[in-house]
Amino acid sequence: MSAQDAPPIGEADATAIPPASAAASEGLTSYRVRYITWRVLLYSVITLVGATMLLPLLWMISTSLKEPGAVLLLPPKWISIPLQWGNYPKLFDVLPFDLFLINSIKIAVFATVGALLSCSMAAFAFARMRFPGKNIIFAVILAMIMIPFHVTLIPLFKLYRDIGWLSTHMPLTVPFFFGTAFGIFLMRQFYLTIPQEMVEAARIDGCSFIQIYYRIFLPLSKPGLATLGIFTFLGSWNNLMGPLIFLTKVETMTITLGLTLLTNQAGGRWELIQAGAVISILPITVMFFIGQEHFIQGIARTGIKG
Amino acid sequence: MAQSQALTRLAVRTKIQEIRWHRYEGYLFVAPLIIGIVAFIFLPIAASLYMSFNKWDMVSPPELVGLKNYARLVSRDRLFWKVLGNTFKYAGWIIVPSVTFPLILAALLDRPIRMRYLYRLAFFLPLVTSVVAVGLMFRWLYDGEFGLINYTLSWVGIDGPNWLSDPFWAMPAVAMVTVWQGLGYNMVLYLAGLQGIPDHLHEAATIDGAGPFSRFFRITIPLLTPTMFFILVMSVIGTFQTFGLIYVMTQGGPINSTNVYIYYLWQMAFGSSKMGYASAMAWILALVIFTVTMIQVRLARLWVHY
Repeated sequence: MSAQDAPPIGEADATAIPPASAAASEGLTSYRVRYITWRVLLYSVITLVGATMLLPLLWMISTSLKEPGAVLLLPPKWISIPLQWGNYPKLFDVLPFDLFLINSIKIAVFATVGALLSCSMAAFAFARMRFPGKNIIFAVILAMIMIPFHVTLIPLFKLYRDIGWLSTHMPLTVPFFFGTAFGIFLMRQFYLTIPQEMVEAARIDGCSFIQIYYRIFLPLSKPGLATLGIFTFLGSWNNLMGPLIFLTKVETMTITLGLTLLTNQAGGRWELIQAGAVISILPITVMFFIGQEHFIQGIARTGIKG
Repeated sequence: MAQSQALTRLAVRTKIQEIRWHRYEGYLFVAPLIIGIVAFIFLPIAASLYMSFNKWDMVSPPELVGLKNYARLVSRDRLFWKVLGNTFKYAGWIIVPSVTFPLILAALLDRPIRMRYLYRLAFFLPLVTSVVAVGLMFRWLYDGEFGLINYTLSWVGIDGPNWLSDPFWAMPAVAMVTVWQGLGYNMVLYLAGLQGIPDHLHEAATIDGAGPFSRFFRITIPLLTPTMFFILVMSVIGTFQTFGLIYVMTQGGPINSTNVYIYYLWQMAFGSSKMGYASAMAWILALVIFTVTMIQVRLARLWVHY
């Protein structure tokens, strides 16, 4: 996969000409020049864009390690010695960040488990079973994707208030156990790639549908489950509006919501605010490193089919 | 003889019953889903529609007012028209860069690249970062006096504005954060689209004497129009529902210049306790999103090549 192995498209024919005559070898030199120019240009552009993407995040880390005096320094310094690791423990004095982290993990794990269970099951029925009204139900689910979430927001708030779910983690976890339109869609696409012959063979061997789902489809769809799991976890972790509306007690808040509180509590203390932001994205970044293949494939898959 | 006939009959009857039962077995798999859809989507949608005809402050009982909420929104609420206009303006700032930048980037990256891993990290890390962390990070970067962006601009002699407190610049500044964050996502969609373009088209065009640019504009772009269309539709729907970045970065200010639709809806519902009014707003937005999407689908016939 080295860069030299792959000339830009359209230049392949130039390499095919053997340098027999002087004219041909001259053509080859100009090809080299063009090739190198093109490469330099390519790498400059993508490095510039890459830097634009990465520098804000690095600046966040840099700021989080400064003492208050060094934050408002002009010209700004990227690394100011001594590094103030103490900013991080200080956060936990300002707000209960440990609770925020626990709450976020709890909510994200429950939401993910719920979505995996419910979506993988319902999608199986849509992909591989026949029952009356299947297509109508599936069409309704697809239509659900189109309905903006804010239409149901206020009635759900009233519902959760009436059944005493406000300031609990129920509104942010329980609905996932009933399936999400996105998850069912994703899992169904995945199941459709598993050959129907497998279902038939298993049926002849006396497998029930539950067994086929549990013993054949679940093990075979691990990449699909991984994608759904990552997306659900991410969505839950980064969700702001849900926690903002449903969680009013500080001790029930998630890290994402807690971070917005920090801006009020810490005033203009940018080093503390950025430290909080770093803490909030650290777990999710680790997850991204572990599951990035599934994450990227998941985007491509849902995008093309959508 | 008679006995074995009876046995066969029994076996057949059991089999038929079994098949009948299998006809409905699928419902077992989708039962949670159906309950979920009814409880968390259907009933709330109906309730939301009913609420939009009521005046309700969450404390006193709702009072039926017919179409008054809608009439007041359209005829007397000047802020309503302003936030609607802002939402369109916001989408306007976002659409062109988030359709074109990732396309250029994907076209550049659609070949073996050295240190692929590092670039991938740079393009995707913003994507997994929550809007709260991103918003806080950019608030600090956009700072008028000590922000890194204005400091960088000062190198080339530009005296940058106080981005987020400037009624003109606040909106594009927030919009650019959305573009920044969505770059990796849209790039993956384009890369997936590029992989679907068969090589022989480019080869044939090269033999016919087409250069890299005319191949890009006459083969790559036309064949990517379905992907472009998808990104366009999703970006528009996404920007119409923006809330988090506004909440974290500007709170709708300065002087409502970044107050977008969902933010205003949230203020009405959970700030001013005008639940009926906010429900009416939700339905108007759903209608706007639907109309805009339908217009896009219609226009797609003119430029999307399937």
